[in-house]
Amino acid sequence: MLRDITLGQYYSTESLIHKLDPRVKLWGTCFYIISLFCFKNFVGYLVAMLFLALVIRLSKVPFRFMVKGMKSIVFLLLITVGFNLFLTPGTPVVSLWKLKITWEGIVLASTMALRLSLLIISSSVMTLTTTPNNLTDGMEKMMGPLKLFKLPVHEVAMMMSIALRFIPILLEETDKIMKAQIARGADFESGNLFKRAKAMVPLLVPLFISAFRRANDLAMAMEARCYRGGEGRTKMKPLIYKKQDYLAYAGLLIYFVVSVALGRMTF
Amino acid sequence: MSIIKTKNLTFEYIRRDEEGNVEGITTAVDDVTLNVRAGEFIAILGHNGSGKSTLAKHINAILHPTEGTVWVDGRDTSDESQVWEIRQTAGMVFQNPDNQIIGQVVEEDVGFGPENMGVPTQEIWERVAESLRAVGMYQYRKSSPNKLSGGQKQRVSIAGVLAMHPKCIILDEPTAMLDPNGRREVIRAVRGLNDVEKITVVLITHYMEETIHADRIFVMESGRVAMEGTPKEIFSQVERLKELRLDVPQVTLLAHELKGRGLRLPDGILTTQELVEAMKRNGYL
Repeated sequence: MLRDITLGQYYSTESLIHKLDPRVKLWGTCFYIISLFCFKNFVGYLVAMLFLALVIRLSKVPFRFMVKGMKSIVFLLLITVGFNLFLTPGTPVVSLWKLKITWEGIVLASTMALRLSLLIISSSVMTLTTTPNNLTDGMEKMMGPLKLFKLPVHEVAMMMSIALRFIPILLEETDKIMKAQIARGADFESGNLFKRAKAMVPLLVPLFISAFRRANDLAMAMEARCYRGGEGRTKMKPLIYKKQDYLAYAGLLIYFVVSVALGRMTF
Repeated sequence: MSIIKTKNLTFEYIRRDEEGNVEGITTAVDDVTLNVRAGEFIAILGHNGSGKSTLAKHINAILHPTEGTVWVDGRDTSDESQVWEIRQTAGMVFQNPDNQIIGQVVEEDVGFGPENMGVPTQEIWERVAESLRAVGMYQYRKSSPNKLSGGQKQRVSIAGVLAMHPKCIILDEPTAMLDPNGRREVIRAVRGLNDVEKITVVLITHYMEETIHADRIFVMESGRVAMEGTPKEIFSQVERLKELRLDVPQVTLLAHELKGRGLRLPDGILTTQELVEAMKRNGYL
């Protein structure tokens, strides 16, 4: 049923990676992606792949969950590979009619494919091992310094976590409204795209009205419970770095230095 | 000692048309003066539009009186600087459980109020545990609110208010969206708070059965307090309640009808047991 959907794609299990502070994982993903763009040879990618394999192993998340994330970019991957393979000028290796595959093309296409896949898999590792709630907390803490520039960091984080909380409720409501409209003869499934989009109107209008009503109720309930912004607020689950987090940062630093150093070497 | 006191409380909604011109004024609460003592269980009855919810929102300083004054634990609710102390003293539970749960995990939601008040982390955990135990939801502390039943969600909402250590809890039709089982659960939890924790309870409802254990009942009609008294006093006036378009508990109605047919029974019978005993005493059973 709709209410059982998991948000994001969190995979619940007990592992070292799951227990890490969300900030470590966010920074880790950031630096991993930066490192991917620094490499000039395949050794760098090899190191990156080994490192990612190690992290996946530690996270205890089955590999097929990582591949799930890949499905959405298969098309993009094919186009990128295709273009790079056929349209890079250089020494031809194979010629098929008017299409030439060059040595440079093969190199470029495979680096691109590797880079994209590693990028997607590494960010999947983060979302698979961190609850959406933890992720928002981590982001709030990380973006803390931006408050100096008058950015409403706490408010944005609060909005994100409320949005996450209400997605299943609104989905259930959509389902209810849809059934109510179908019971009165509404047709959401036949006709062309334009017709179907038009059929969504009687679904969206009540949904929006109810969302506004809920927002109003929620604001009142929050005020009744003394909510007055981030000022003077304490945390029930504050983010505090533990020993494992410092170790993870150290590991990350070693990976970054080694992989970039090797990846930029010319042989 | 009085905890909630209102004097000549009047509240007017101003209705405006699309250009913002005043179309008319609706008086939702009209000259209400009442006094609630600390530790009391008060029920406020009334059909839709009788002004009972508007009255409740005044106690929590969500609405401010047009005329008259409301004091909560000696603090005037019109005083902007005291608003947070007032909301801490008089916690409020609303009708729709889905629209008042903020956290994605039960314990986080209960911790929301103390977090806002700036309670230290360690104490938040203690308060959350003790509040969840008080409403019997401790074993669900790690669950997602979306997976709970209506009655359970409403008990979580009550725990959320309880964690702020209020002296008084106002419940605005907390059972209106629940099934009979959920209603029983919630009312049992509320009575527990009143009996065990000695918290003042103001229960707003239109279910008569939920009010029979109250210390006092206020019946509202078009913004005014139409009747006031103990459940016995209120429910012995079956005809007057019918005039106010309110039902009486089934047993009370049965006793009333039997009396109308000439049986000798006392007024204001509230429970089945009472009726059975009265009938035995008078030799009908």
